[in-house]
Amino acid sequence: MSIDFISPEFDVSRNESRCIKCRICVRECANGVHIFDEKRGILISDETKCVNCQRCVSFCPTRALKIIKNPNGLKSNANWCSDSVNEIFKQSSSGGVLLSSMGNPKKYPVYFDRILINASQVTNPPIDPLREPMETKVFLGKKSDVIERDSDGKIKCSTEPQIELSMPIMFSAMSYGSISYNAHAALARAATELGILYNTGEGGLHEDFYVYGKNTIVQVASGRFGVHEDYLEAGCAIEIKMGQGAKPGIGGHLPGAKIVGDVAKTRMIAEGSDAISPAPHHDIYSIEDLRQLVFSLKEATNYKKPVIVKVAAVHNIAAIASGIARSGADIIAIDGFRGGTGAAPTRIRDNVGIPIELAIASVDQHLRNEGIRNNISLVAGGSIRSSADVVKAIALGADAVYVASAALIAMGCHLCRNCQSGKCNWGIATQRAELVSRLDVEVAKTRLVNLMTAWRHEIMEMMGGMGINSIEALKGNRLMLRGIGMTEKELEILGISHAGE
Amino acid sequence: MTIDAADLDYRCINEEIRKVDGKCIITSCLGQRFIASGMSNIDIEIEGIPGNALGSYLNGGTITVHGNAQDAVGDTMNDGKIVVHGNIGDAAGYAMRGGRIYIKGDAGYRAGIHMKEYQEKVPLMIIGGSAGSFLGEYQSGGVIIVLNLNSRRQKSVGFFPCTGMHGGKVFLRSRCEDVVFPPQVIRRSATDEDRNELRSYLEEYCDLFSLDLEEILFSEFTVVTPDSKNPYRRMYVAN
Repeated sequence: MSIDFISPEFDVSRNESRCIKCRICVRECANGVHIFDEKRGILISDETKCVNCQRCVSFCPTRALKIIKNPNGLKSNANWCSDSVNEIFKQSSSGGVLLSSMGNPKKYPVYFDRILINASQVTNPPIDPLREPMETKVFLGKKSDVIERDSDGKIKCSTEPQIELSMPIMFSAMSYGSISYNAHAALARAATELGILYNTGEGGLHEDFYVYGKNTIVQVASGRFGVHEDYLEAGCAIEIKMGQGAKPGIGGHLPGAKIVGDVAKTRMIAEGSDAISPAPHHDIYSIEDLRQLVFSLKEATNYKKPVIVKVAAVHNIAAIASGIARSGADIIAIDGFRGGTGAAPTRIRDNVGIPIELAIASVDQHLRNEGIRNNISLVAGGSIRSSADVVKAIALGADAVYVASAALIAMGCHLCRNCQSGKCNWGIATQRAELVSRLDVEVAKTRLVNLMTAWRHEIMEMMGGMGINSIEALKGNRLMLRGIGMTEKELEILGISHAGE
Repeated sequence: MTIDAADLDYRCINEEIRKVDGKCIITSCLGQRFIASGMSNIDIEIEGIPGNALGSYLNGGTITVHGNAQDAVGDTMNDGKIVVHGNIGDAAGYAMRGGRIYIKGDAGYRAGIHMKEYQEKVPLMIIGGSAGSFLGEYQSGGVIIVLNLNSRRQKSVGFFPCTGMHGGKVFLRSRCEDVVFPPQVIRRSATDEDRNELRSYLEEYCDLFSLDLEEILFSEFTVVTPDSKNPYRRMYVAN
């Protein structure tokens, strides 16, 4: 026991002169950190349970609470940092695989932060988005290589099915089960209001959300949870999940404890049974096999819906993307190694995959070199944190981006990275009714709409500054980007010049 | 209605099937994929060999194949019946959640992988011959029966059957003395109760393929079930 004691990461600081003993903190903390001692009439804390989700701090009416880093710690060591030591304690006492949540928190380079955007000066003047038309609409899907005309010389408009988006952003896959009913409801309603899409993830589509089908991507993963004919017909596009940025190469296990009630019903599996998504699709061993799944879905939906293939950004992603482009898929979604997750083995999350910035640039270039870039649209995800990241991703070659962590943060997520516990105090990553009810669907929807509306305006301002008035003209326009503090090799992969050049 | 598949690709075949509301005989079938994908209320007879993903996402009705079938038959099938008067390729009934697949002959690798069940839906796959390796991998529900009749193979089932199984039931008409099962399943000989259950599953199958039900039931059966529906519960530690 004593060997395994890990000094709590945080201290709960309660300013006694401010505390009015209202016990809101006790009520708000599902982890049981705050306790009211009836005998002594005081509030005490069990900081071993604190995950620093900031719920109590946010709801304390007198601002008496602070969660601060525990100054107690191991002797400093640049090699054996306290995380490494504590992880060994956890594993040597339990024999378990370390499980973490949300995106890779390690200090890897963030290339978006080393890329600068251009602006027009004197020549090619900037455009004011408040005064002049500016197009943020995008269409995702296969584009024709040639213009065909009929005998009257009119253009034949027979494109493959397309997704129409009012702005180049979609909410990426988060399953019902990993996030709550209310979180899904807010995403569905926000996507509908914004004219964009949200994604069911691999947990099926709750019957209440079929009405948002026009703004829904339905996902088919290796576990095939909730996949049936009505589900495939319900969405406006179908996504085959081959991989996820937070855990490339492995599957998922939603524990039986979370497979209850509507979650079991929506996944169409028995209550209490583990929902296991195997690492591979066991019918896909090649691009030919992928093609088979793509076309079985197209046949099942009579070629009315574009098919997206989602993969994690890994080494050789360009060659993989080329294969996917030739599989008949309409859209490829690439998820970088900083993408979020409800639960992933720590070692996988923190060590597998590559940054999305490098993946976008190399995939876009490779597909152009092979002359097949128009055969497929490219959606990039994996920690798009702001409108500037969106603009940079598109200028590097993406058609649109996927955001999930940013959407969760808009709804109240404070990135405490404890989704796997199922005790999310903000009502997002939980199935406990009393916690889910904390997430007000209307408020969350409005916050999502606010965020995306603000981003859209910022995108227009950045485009206007460059003298560009449509997303189409920004796409793959790497001349608008410059790198700062990067090596020749990094610049070469990104296909951009250094600042000052 | 007869559809001559000789000069048709899969897209045309499915269009023809839709035109006749799914009631047809397909002749000269030779490897066309995705036949009846996502359809329901169909009654299709196929003469020849349909290609991969026959009846994928099938939602009801019957497909009868007078010949062999290839890979991924009944992928993610939700309801209905697929009858194959021959052998079947790999990954048959992948993630099927409902309906029945009846195979007269042998099955390839990964038959019944990730088969599920949901409320009143309990899928059933009966393999008349033997099954290849990885039978019932990740099975989380439903019933797989291997009868081991007239098989080309020596063993009723190949390597690694029931790996990752966490639900459902497998019946093998064999003592399975030569079969190695993974540690997380329980294997035992069939009881009278199991035989009654088997009888209910096998009646339709024996009718279809003109087999003697009593003679089949008179043999030794091994029953395999998982020892937990949460096989990975103790695998992780929160970090």
